[in-house]
Amino acid sequence: MEEILEILEKDARTSCEDIAKMLKKKPQEIKAAIKKYEKDGVVLRYKTILNKELVKGDDSSVRALIEVNILPQKDLGFEKIAERIYSFPEVSSCYLISGTYDLLVIIEGKNIQTVSSFVAEKLSCLENVRGTTTHFLLKKYKEDGVILKHREENKRIAISY
Amino acid sequence: MKNFISKKVEVMQPSGIRAFFDLVLGMKDVISLGVGEPDFVTPWQIREAGIYSLEQGFTSYTSNKGLYKLRLGLHKYLKNKYGVEYCPDEEMLITVGVSEGLDLVLRTICNPGDKIIIPQPSYVSYGPVTELAGGVPVYIDTTKDNCKLTPEKLEKAIDKKVKGIILNYPTNPTGVSYRRKELEELNKIILKNNLLCISDEVYGDLTYDFEHVPFATLPRARGNTIYLNGFSKTYAMTGWRVGFVCGPKEIIAGMTKIHQYTIMCVSITSQMAAAEALASGEKSLQEMKREYKRRREFVITELNAIGLSCRNPEGAFYAFPSIKKTGFTSMQFSQVLLKEEKVAVVPGPAFGACAEGYIRISYASSMDNLKEALFRIGRFIRK
Repeated sequence: MEEILEILEKDARTSCEDIAKMLKKKPQEIKAAIKKYEKDGVVLRYKTILNKELVKGDDSSVRALIEVNILPQKDLGFEKIAERIYSFPEVSSCYLISGTYDLLVIIEGKNIQTVSSFVAEKLSCLENVRGTTTHFLLKKYKEDGVILKHREENKRIAISY
Repeated sequence: MKNFISKKVEVMQPSGIRAFFDLVLGMKDVISLGVGEPDFVTPWQIREAGIYSLEQGFTSYTSNKGLYKLRLGLHKYLKNKYGVEYCPDEEMLITVGVSEGLDLVLRTICNPGDKIIIPQPSYVSYGPVTELAGGVPVYIDTTKDNCKLTPEKLEKAIDKKVKGIILNYPTNPTGVSYRRKELEELNKIILKNNLLCISDEVYGDLTYDFEHVPFATLPRARGNTIYLNGFSKTYAMTGWRVGFVCGPKEIIAGMTKIHQYTIMCVSITSQMAAAEALASGEKSLQEMKREYKRRREFVITELNAIGLSCRNPEGAFYAFPSIKKTGFTSMQFSQVLLKEEKVAVVPGPAFGACAEGYIRISYASSMDNLKEALFRIGRFIRK
């Protein structure tokens, strides 16, 4: 039944009835399977992908990628400190990374000042945070597999053998 | 003015539905289910390989037979996938799509008056290309047998002048394909009568309900089979125009003679991209195939639900429903549907006179389009 996930990942609005037709199953079966995915936490949420550059009157968000060096805690490793960081609502993503730093934290804020003050006043002064490097994001080209531009026009001729 | 046109071309019938095509092309905002090519764009890594080859200065001719790298790739691919081996030097030729391959093989084997069996409904070019090669098409109507060629009908159509048969499976326009057992029965008759099987398997990788069986892999079939395939449908590469032919070396040598004088070689950029498709295209292919399969289930369920009975097509991306119960001819149905609901389909008779009463629906279109188009067709039927 993994195929349900493939369909929903492409278009979360696909109805149970349509999925049932595509997979030759009963709509109730699909409904139940999706319920289970939701209950098990496989499906967490259904989101809309926006191209925020085109949203009128919305000039708010600035994004920054922050490399965070951490001093791991005994017995807990990175878990506890990661939780303290990702719980801030300003943090939109947080990953444990191999290499020269430990956590990659993605912050969204109204402007550069908001992001800077978050880093200076909240993130850097956390116990166990040894250092941060902030990279401001200039332009988004592609996010989670979606290229952020208008859908391309169909280039095929309308009818052919 | 003097008539410069040759008799051969003059008697050739232009496609009877050209006018309908022009009508579609002239209209705006039509949802077209009349397209005979994938709606996917060629996967990026394949496009990138084409671009890279240009950057590197690969802008020359290639060997007449095609890039050795590509032929070697095909050799490995066919061996691994189907267990059939063709020598890249003598038994293989890279062509401008399957269309060129088909033309070459017919011109290579036909003496004037030689007959070629063509089961119909069939792809539009088989008949005319046979005639241009000096052959005589012998059509078999398969519509009473679920659009499948039966051994009985095949046997009945054979006489001393018949030299070969053009098989195409999965079939454009019906989506029909054959299981191993069915092919073996056909092969027995082909071998008994020593015919050449010209097997157009360009949709082979888009077979959904069972494994595709290349005709050449059947017992003792290899020596009597010309295997035609290409990259167009499998890797969404229609515009690149790359196909290939495998077969007995004498026939390939004959075909290569015509090819070297008429075409010389396939565009090197396209061949480079095709080599990349073989090397890394499998994942994209499987994704596209799963998507087509889901669309197929959706379309067939919907068609039958709105009352257009349609058999389950085993492959390609076509559904071929009967529209007989509407009382329209195929052409009328297609024209009125286009006018009233702005949905384009291809009238069955484009694929042979016996296909009157059918239409071809291509599901190489997004789910959103298919959903809307089928809703409109349903509304049209209920009127």
